Amino acid sequence: MEFDALLLSRIQFAFTIAFHIIFPSFTIGLASYLAVLEGLWLLTRNEAFKTLYLFWVKIFAISFGMGVVSGVVMSYQLGTNWSVFSAVAGPVIGPLFAFEVLAAFFLEASFLGVMLFGWKKVGPGLHFTSTVLVAFGTLTSAFWIISANSWMQSPSGFAGTVEEGLVAVDWLKVIFSPTFPMRLTHMVLAAYLTTALVVAGASAFRLLRNAHEAESAMGLKMAIGMLAIVAPLQLLVGDLSGKDVLEHQPAKLAAIEAFWETRTEQPFHIAAWPDRTIEGNHWELSIPKVGSWITGGSVDAEIQGLEAFAPEDRPPVFIVFWSFRLMVGLGLAMIALGLWGAWLVWRGHSARSRVFLRACVAMGPAGFVAVIAGWVVAEVGRQPYVIYGILRTEDAVSPIGAGSVSASLLAFLVVYSIVFSVGALYILRLLAEGPLAGAHEGPPTEHRAPGSPLAATPEDPGEPGRPDAPNPEGTR
Amino acid sequence: MDLDLPLIWAGIIALAVLLYVMLDGFDLGIGILFPFARSPRDRDTMMNTIAPFWDGNETWLVLGGGGLFAAFPLAYAVIMPALYIPILLMMMALILRGVAFEFRARGRARGKAFWTGAFAGGSTVAALAQGLVLGGFIQGVTLNGQAFGGGAFDWLTPYTLLVAVGLTAGYALLGSTWLIWRTEDDLHGDARRWAWRAVIASAALLVVVSLATLFVHPQVALRWGFEDGAFDLARLGLLSPIPLLGAAGLGLVVWGLVMGGHVAPFLGSLTVFVSGYLGLAVGFFPNIVPYDLTFRQAASAENALGLMLVGVAILLPVILAYTVWVYWVFRGKVGADAGYH
Repeated sequence: MEFDALLLSRIQFAFTIAFHIIFPSFTIGLASYLAVLEGLWLLTRNEAFKTLYLFWVKIFAISFGMGVVSGVVMSYQLGTNWSVFSAVAGPVIGPLFAFEVLAAFFLEASFLGVMLFGWKKVGPGLHFTSTVLVAFGTLTSAFWIISANSWMQSPSGFAGTVEEGLVAVDWLKVIFSPTFPMRLTHMVLAAYLTTALVVAGASAFRLLRNAHEAESAMGLKMAIGMLAIVAPLQLLVGDLSGKDVLEHQPAKLAAIEAFWETRTEQPFHIAAWPDRTIEGNHWELSIPKVGSWITGGSVDAEIQGLEAFAPEDRPPVFIVFWSFRLMVGLGLAMIALGLWGAWLVWRGHSARSRVFLRACVAMGPAGFVAVIAGWVVAEVGRQPYVIYGILRTEDAVSPIGAGSVSASLLAFLVVYSIVFSVGALYILRLLAEGPLAGAHEGPPTEHRAPGSPLAATPEDPGEPGRPDAPNPEGTR
Repeated sequence: MDLDLPLIWAGIIALAVLLYVMLDGFDLGIGILFPFARSPRDRDTMMNTIAPFWDGNETWLVLGGGGLFAAFPLAYAVIMPALYIPILLMMMALILRGVAFEFRARGRARGKAFWTGAFAGGSTVAALAQGLVLGGFIQGVTLNGQAFGGGAFDWLTPYTLLVAVGLTAGYALLGSTWLIWRTEDDLHGDARRWAWRAVIASAALLVVVSLATLFVHPQVALRWGFEDGAFDLARLGLLSPIPLLGAAGLGLVVWGLVMGGHVAPFLGSLTVFVSGYLGLAVGFFPNIVPYDLTFRQAASAENALGLMLVGVAILLPVILAYTVWVYWVFRGKVGADAGYH
């Protein structure tokens, strides 16, 4: 393997996009959750909703900031590292990116300011509207970016060739490419699940410490409700999305299931060690015939194996196979957790089962892992193409040197490591303190806004020149 | 109706970039001035003056990049690899200073000090990197067919370094005059002193960069009426409103500083930026990749430009309206304490 500009650019793109997706997959769900909390507060005037809102909005501010800055990178990286792709695909999917900026980014960025700093400046109705608009913006953003990505997975509504340039002939088919509806649904549900798991995990953590924290009990119940409904739904949507893959990206499906021969009655491999060099699996743990039934809907369905594709057209199998199993395994665990929680709630003691609370804490980060694993399946599985069947990844790279890309990749590794560890630390610290820690510093309608720089340390003891100033825990 | 779509889109992208430079310019300027603040408390105030706006301001940069990709894919595909290193440098710097808004507020002793430094350093490096991008753009990009054909360090010349320093001084001017408008007491007084220094530095660098630009490429000189030592007074006269506008902007800053005005210096700084921007645009129009690729050659398909124009016609007025509304909501002086929130 040669570390040329192509490979380095692929590593850099994979790293920066995997880092980026962590934040949207959390903030899409969290923005909707915040809108629900604020709406419920305005409707019921139950202060617990407001306390929860003010707590989660701080987490939102940190996560959203990290999502924004890592997202700006993406809008330039297509050109810096994938200029051939940009020149070829721009006339077709460029407008989808432009609409994402115009319809979503400005909306989110502008009303976020009001959401975070506007408590005293606007009335409750306008503030709630701002929260709703931010939530709407996150979903709009998901719509356009998944639309662009889906077009790259199952291109439709265009004419021309890579050499002479692509041009759209039917915009509706470009925007609503065949795999788009299910992929968008799958991603939005994934975002809601990710958020529900974080809320459940954080609430459970607080309840393990203090079983009488009413706000955390409420947060846990809301999260359980979301999990119990959305996790099973996600299984259904995921299956439908898989049917789209079978139809439009058969090589990806073969890699997901480690099918090598084309046949009916494909076995379902629970586990296997697929290897491209031997064009088969070193070993496999399988259930006969079930593979055809899961993927094609019937044991008699003939499903193509990887042998049906020329070796240079096959995606990497091992990564795709195992990422898929990781995602589905976590998804099944989410369903179990949701049903378990629903049963406990129904029995009326969700906040008291310590085993369940510990399970919630353990599953807290599961959504992020599942989302990244899912995207690995989607993006590695469509290799060797960047536009499926049209443009190969190796032909899409910019005319740049390996030196420049090594330098930028190294810089990204350093900068993102710092930003990620610090951001995670601050978020975990807030989560550990719980919703009540900030509440008795005074509600922001009277004094300070959540997420405001001033809400932290008024005397700013940490600045150079006063390094030893006291800053005891609990002043924040 | 026959619309000249590529021309309209060149105008839209140019407007997005101008708005970016003016809006993010003043909030990057705050970071550039961060090291000169007297106290951590003043730094809190400085950051609070821009906290509700910075994200919206930076979105114009995304529109500049995303819009260029969408409307002029060829230009995007040439410029980005050509300026790879300064663009990536700018990205890293923007990441560090962007997360600093939240991280600085959450950090305890050492964390807070680190993110204070990251905000100052990130803002300054982002400004310098943008200057390198601008300079590299003005001096021209080597093409190989319709792709970038130059080297990794083509952008690094004395001229681009000069532009980088000039743009940074300009952002400091925007930042300091913004602070004059939005702060009071000691910080307001400091901002006036910073603005004096920044306006002198900006004026000097503006003159030097303008003259240097005439030597960087013959086409720019020709456009401004200079050729082989002779110059065409009529042409220079025709374009003279642009430098005069810049001079008027500088005059407004100085007048505002002398007379104690609060808004005039900021308006003056914005005027200087508009003048500089127009001056450059005149220099290489109709090229979108100086000096071999025109905006017509680089334009996307007509139907893509048409579709996006519908989107822009509907959404841009709405965006401008709520942007103005947000600035209106957070109007007025920002006190050192919680009064602001």
